[in-house]
Amino acid sequence: MIGGEAGDGVRAAGGVLGKILNRHGLYSFVRDDYQSLIRGGHNFSQVIADSEKVWTQYHDAEVLVALDERTLKKHEDRLSDGGQIIFDPDELDYDSEMSFPVPMSSMVEEVEGIEIMKNSVALGVVAYLYGLELDLVEDVLQDEYGEKADKNIELAKKGYAYAEEYDEKIRELQVQDRKKLPLLTGNQSISLGASKAGLDVYVAYPMTPSTSILHFTADYEDELGLTVMQAENEISVINMALGSSYVGARSMVASSGGGFALMQEAVSLAGMSETPILVVDSQRAAPSTGVPTYTSQADLNLALNSGHGEFPSIVLAPGDQEEAYYRAGEALNLAWKHQIPVILLSDKHLSESRMSSEIDFDRVSSEEGKVIDNPGEEYKRYEFTEDGVSPLAFPGMNDALVQNSSYEHDESGFTTEEPEEIEDMQNKRKRKWEGIEEDVFDMDPVKVYGDEDADNVVLAWGSTKGALLEALKHLDMPIKFVQPIYLKPFPREKVLNLVERSEKLVCVEGNSTGQLSSLIRKELLLSVDDEILKYDSRPFNPLDLAEELKEVFS
Amino acid sequence: MSPDLDTPVENTWCAGCGNFGILQAVKMSLNELVEEGESDIDDFVMSSGIGCHAKIFDYLNMNGFYSIHGRVPPTITGIKVGNPELNVIGFSGDGDAYAEGVSHMIHAAKRNIDATMIVHDNRVFALTTGQFTPTSPKGFAGKSTPQGSVEDPINPLHLMLASEASFVARGFPGELTHLKDLLKKGINHPGFAVIDVLQPCVTFYNLWSYLKESVYKLSEEGHDENDFQAAWGKAEENEDRVPIGLFYKEEREIFNDQILEDEASAKESASPDIEKVVQDYT
Repeated sequence: MIGGEAGDGVRAAGGVLGKILNRHGLYSFVRDDYQSLIRGGHNFSQVIADSEKVWTQYHDAEVLVALDERTLKKHEDRLSDGGQIIFDPDELDYDSEMSFPVPMSSMVEEVEGIEIMKNSVALGVVAYLYGLELDLVEDVLQDEYGEKADKNIELAKKGYAYAEEYDEKIRELQVQDRKKLPLLTGNQSISLGASKAGLDVYVAYPMTPSTSILHFTADYEDELGLTVMQAENEISVINMALGSSYVGARSMVASSGGGFALMQEAVSLAGMSETPILVVDSQRAAPSTGVPTYTSQADLNLALNSGHGEFPSIVLAPGDQEEAYYRAGEALNLAWKHQIPVILLSDKHLSESRMSSEIDFDRVSSEEGKVIDNPGEEYKRYEFTEDGVSPLAFPGMNDALVQNSSYEHDESGFTTEEPEEIEDMQNKRKRKWEGIEEDVFDMDPVKVYGDEDADNVVLAWGSTKGALLEALKHLDMPIKFVQPIYLKPFPREKVLNLVERSEKLVCVEGNSTGQLSSLIRKELLLSVDDEILKYDSRPFNPLDLAEELKEVFS
Repeated sequence: MSPDLDTPVENTWCAGCGNFGILQAVKMSLNELVEEGESDIDDFVMSSGIGCHAKIFDYLNMNGFYSIHGRVPPTITGIKVGNPELNVIGFSGDGDAYAEGVSHMIHAAKRNIDATMIVHDNRVFALTTGQFTPTSPKGFAGKSTPQGSVEDPINPLHLMLASEASFVARGFPGELTHLKDLLKKGINHPGFAVIDVLQPCVTFYNLWSYLKESVYKLSEEGHDENDFQAAWGKAEENEDRVPIGLFYKEEREIFNDQILEDEASAKESASPDIEKVVQDYT
């Protein structure tokens, strides 16, 4: 764990360390904890790595790099047995059996570097403590900092040599022989998955923690083969996207709760006009502005009930960076197949944390849906069909007139206020549910982990998956963990089969009212026996969660 | 051959509504543009907001997206980026353009998206039966302001000039040929063309006779449409004499060209190279 003020390069250092460990062949996970400010305050980055997959961060740390006094004071108690605190004795006055003072500032001065490069000294020290190759550190620094890498590399070497002389290795991390894996954030995975499914247009307005989708997608606009736009507000964002979808360009938008709330009017427009769109809500602690850079799972109800009126839509919540890739691709295809809005829920923890991700990128492809090439003069945008989905043509195609409408309309798209026509069109949209359910229920909508025969059953959704999988590692009681990925339509039968014979059913969620519990009650007419809820805006710590699970199941 | 732009939908505008003239001028301009071989009618797309003006969606037999109140500028922006081959026309009321969607108008102008925006400016909320809008004069006695509105109106031409719209014009359905020509010019203009149309509402704010008496054509008084200051000054004339015509135009870089760079359209974009991207994260 590395901590300091904003501007100290804490997040960069965490990312580089995660990458080093990842390239070493370990599975790593990096969580950034930062405040809603640019300079000062307190930031830290938690890095964890193991020879088997790690799904989330832990509260405790073995090594703490303290770049300022606040880090020392705030996190000293996180140190596990045999842990070490690395700090600069010229800047901080600290002494305990855990201290390992490293004159980072003077080393930086020696190479005529800048303050922020102290990080690289620390990286060198950490590399030594865990027996990581210096070459590896050098390679990663070179990749990350390019032309500016030289001094950082020199400093990493100094840190490494200093630790070699004055400290002892904590342990030797063995090089794992595994396929090279990327270290990806959930937001990057969402962008990649949607791109692979044929995304053409991404529109956004900055809002943490969705903003990095915008940054990443803009950075790789050419490689991903799409167009990125930043609009004046979230209302414009989604209406622009719908304009693009209407002419056949696949679109996606993302925001956090506040921006997603502004989009509701247009989610309903997408429902009425049957315009496909993928909407991502990366949740943060709410209500209102809330706690902008911290996590939450409190927008489930908003997503389930998104948009005024009644229309078919899909809500899904991938639980990790790998699922984020596959499911974002799936979500975009579903939006186009059924010509509906699809809402993908992420949260700060999933969106911004990095995980060594094993993804088969080719498993996602672009599926066209009912797009027709030669619509002809008789084309009707809202033609009645058995499954409720009309053939889809775009303006500019030969002879076809494509009329999309927010008003209730007839098959051609002309406005109607006739009760029979209104009911017919409502029924047409409603008929889509059957096909949507068929598809969604066939898409592995529910995952099961742990002991499948256990009587104790835990339900959790979204990024809480990570903490649960880690908690299970520390529990020796049989527990079955059920993770519904699709929440609307809710995979009733599948979930019911998995939970109905349980002795005790417990929901674990990052909100204060148990929104998944309510959904279970509504969809399965089944009561949840207990809830473990966390709403202090921080993700679950697996060890705490393990204790709580022990308690509820004892 | 001129396209058949009529639809079977019954027209429900009030007899004498200024919207009829706008509809007529739109049809005339589209017919001429198609006949002149500028564009195929299939390549035109319209979008409207919500209000009396928006019913034009049902009265025009062409591609269209009946959008929601105030959101036409983003809708047409998305359309144009999605497929720049399309010729895009937005319709909006004064409530749409200058109240609910005023931020969108400003930003569409600033971006210079290549589209035409026709604002049916009747200076009243008509479909909601008569409340003041941003262009209603101070003292306007509507249903929400029986004692008269206490707010000063905004000047839509100033708003659009200040927002860097690259084509700012005003039309009047009482001058049909003039309006038709203005629409054609706007549609042919490369960039964001705003045409604020003085559209009398016979039921809630009938300005027919006042406007007929007051309007005059800028072109007849030697106005220089490339002169921003002159345009700003002319836009101040709003009482006894009301100028119509093209106030200002300039040619500058177009949003969709810049945002798409070398791509023909967002729709036809290349396949992603995921492996290449993830290399940076491995």
